[in-house]
Amino acid sequence: MPSLPTLYRGREGMWMWVVHRATGVAIFFFLLVHILDTSLVRISPEDYNDVIASYHTPLYGIVEAGLVAAIIIHAFNGVRIVLVDRWTWALRHQRMLSWIVWGIFVVMMAGFLPRHLSNVFGGA
Amino acid sequence: MAATAPALTPIPSRRTVGNVQRWAWMFQRISGLILIVLIFTHLFVNLMTGDGVSQIDFGFVAGKWAAPLWQWWDFALLILALAHGGNGMRMIIDDYSHGRYMPNILHWSLRISCVALAILGTLVIFTFEPCPTGVDPSILPSFCADL
Repeated sequence: MPSLPTLYRGREGMWMWVVHRATGVAIFFFLLVHILDTSLVRISPEDYNDVIASYHTPLYGIVEAGLVAAIIIHAFNGVRIVLVDRWTWALRHQRMLSWIVWGIFVVMMAGFLPRHLSNVFGGA
Repeated sequence: MAATAPALTPIPSRRTVGNVQRWAWMFQRISGLILIVLIFTHLFVNLMTGDGVSQIDFGFVAGKWAAPLWQWWDFALLILALAHGGNGMRMIIDDYSHGRYMPNILHWSLRISCVALAILGTLVIFTFEPCPTGVDPSILPSFCADL
């Protein structure tokens, strides 16, 4: 395939842009739901406990893991965006920085997942 | 005869639009950096300490909001997250929504949702009643028994 000039530059930068938007939208809609469910504490403690009990189920436990994953990647890719905008060195090395973001993601998920999954699946 | 270049006239509305976009751009970065501190503390305290997500119930929330620090922490998180998320969604609507009515419908839905949830959340945090009457005492925080 000949490489034609296109609006899409591809590679890490473009994919991180896609990931940033997708995770941002997902986090935003969770935020809306999360404000509404937490508001139940003001209306009825019993209803709040009933609703929040669903957050303790395995299915929601996995969704929460996905939510935390989305927040980690969005947060550290956000830092990459700020660095790339402000610092020429980071602009030159933005591809490597994308992989550093994924490295931080892996390390943080490795710290979070065992603890979270044992809380969700561990019975107790 | 030498050709003369046409005089360039500035477009009046440009500057205002540019400034709004510039502030939105700055806000997104500054709020994002503050949100990193706010959100990861929130996630750590709620999901990593104690029994993690399994510990969250009315008593847990009441225990946290008994401290003004956590009330203000969650208030800051509420407002900045809605503003940061709302600003991001605004950019996405600008990018993908076309036509005569849809962009306006979406922009106004977004503004109304964000403002309504900011007001709701603020009222919930600051009018919170940790020991409401007429509730089974076993689901209330332990300090309610001393009242």
